Amino acid sequence: MSRISIRKLEQSYGAVTVLERINLDVASGEFCTIVGASGCGKSTFLRLLLSEERPTRGEIHLDGAPISEEPCADRGVVFQRYSVFPHLTVMENLILPLELRAAPLSGRLYGRPRREARERAGHLLSRVGLDHARDAYPKTLSGGMQQRLAIAQALIPKPKVLLLDEPFGALDPGTRLRMHEILLGLWEEEKMTVFMVTHDLKEGFKLGTRLLVFDKLRWDPDAPQAYGATITYDLPLEDHRSPPPALVAEAEAEAPRQTSRPCNPRPCNRGLADVAR
Amino acid sequence: MARAINRRPGRSGQILLGALPFVLLAAAYLLASDARLAVNPNDKLLPSLESFAAAIDRLAFQPDARKGTYLLWADTWASLQRLVLGLSIATALALTAGIAIGLLPMMRAAFAPVVAALSMVPPLAVLPILFIVFGLGELSKVVLIVFGVTPFLIRDLSFAVAALPREQLVKAQTLGASSWQIVTRVVLPQVLPRLVGALRLSLGPAWLFLISSEAIAATEGLGYRIFLVRRYLAMDVILPYVAWITLLAFLLDYLLQRLSRSAFRWLPGEQSL
Repeated sequence: MSRISIRKLEQSYGAVTVLERINLDVASGEFCTIVGASGCGKSTFLRLLLSEERPTRGEIHLDGAPISEEPCADRGVVFQRYSVFPHLTVMENLILPLELRAAPLSGRLYGRPRREARERAGHLLSRVGLDHARDAYPKTLSGGMQQRLAIAQALIPKPKVLLLDEPFGALDPGTRLRMHEILLGLWEEEKMTVFMVTHDLKEGFKLGTRLLVFDKLRWDPDAPQAYGATITYDLPLEDHRSPPPALVAEAEAEAPRQTSRPCNPRPCNRGLADVAR
Repeated sequence: MARAINRRPGRSGQILLGALPFVLLAAAYLLASDARLAVNPNDKLLPSLESFAAAIDRLAFQPDARKGTYLLWADTWASLQRLVLGLSIATALALTAGIAIGLLPMMRAAFAPVVAALSMVPPLAVLPILFIVFGLGELSKVVLIVFGVTPFLIRDLSFAVAALPREQLVKAQTLGASSWQIVTRVVLPQVLPRLVGALRLSLGPAWLFLISSEAIAATEGLGYRIFLVRRYLAMDVILPYVAWITLLAFLLDYLLQRLSRSAFRWLPGEQSL
């Protein structure tokens, strides 16, 4: 079981409100994809789910109990970059969680327990197609291989929830398609709940069982940071796994508007002119 | 005609070009030495190769008349002991404090300012204090090296720890790592190359502090010897000693570089020193 329920979640930094009024119930085993404009708080939402940050207000419950106050093994994560440990080989990266659990002091396994850990990790290794690279260091792997390793590593502790922060954002389209297949396969096998932030609307529709769109409902031109984003669309995707054309058109039309929103309304050149004088 | 920035030496050309300045320096010395000795055969400022050989033979291969020891080796042994001991203590301190300050926010708040302040104190200025507190024996010399090198090592290491991607520390926590396990399995292995690099950079200052403290108060050691024979203008001893110290410093640096290359094969190419 890995049911998530979120009540009245709000996150603000001083006067800047990033997220507000978020209420969400996610059943065990759902695959939620999260889309929205840059800077609308998708990643903040993921950090809250991860307990990397504490929410200003509101609560997140996992299976009825509040989530722990710091990141722990019930919620796994894959970031866009820096997700694997560069000083460990592929196999060492994979057995690290098992070593950490079994040996609190040294964090290392030797002899038979180590061989058993390697066997346990071997299955996932071949599932993500990295059999041939088991003794390679991450620096020699391609971006796609590193992300496959990161996903496999995150799944070793059997997390209830897997959080993915634009995991395929840096990959080329062909590699992405292969990653989709691998990820969906692992999800069917492991039955964990998934939250995946993505910039790619099509990816969001293809992978998710449910699509969450983050955007600001309230917008004050004089105080652009006064209101935060919330979940504006919550679409179940069981049947139609591609974006309705109208939505794609709207998202594409929206993109320039988002970037043209002034972050800092004061004219920037004044300071320079003052210095020159 | 290729541009100057595109003209590269071949393999043998590289060696030849590298050796050229050494040859020129040696030739210039020999010419100057010959010229001076022609005017005054007893000149002590630029001794001939024969006097060097005689001095080296006397210091390295003949027992000293008064002490019965081979001076060069006794000096070398004494100096290296102080240097290695000082650097080892500094390394141990820096590893502990550097990782604690870089990784633990509470430790950083408590100790980063004091380390920053200590690193600004000129170590030679506290040498008199060390002599007063620790006496004129071995301890004050070792402490000077430790005091001179440790703050830099701590700061460099704590910056390296703080520069580790936040994602790695979060990921380690989601894999079930405790703070201790994060130190031993994630942080320590990744900052060791930086430690070796910082240690290599510290070799120069460490030698400086060693020679200085030996010059002021010692009964043996490489620095003690060259400052002792300075009274007699014994360039035939001083110059070989300087060359020997340079060679030792080079060898230590080379060993650390080799260690870094063989021990940290996981480093991306541009980071390996």
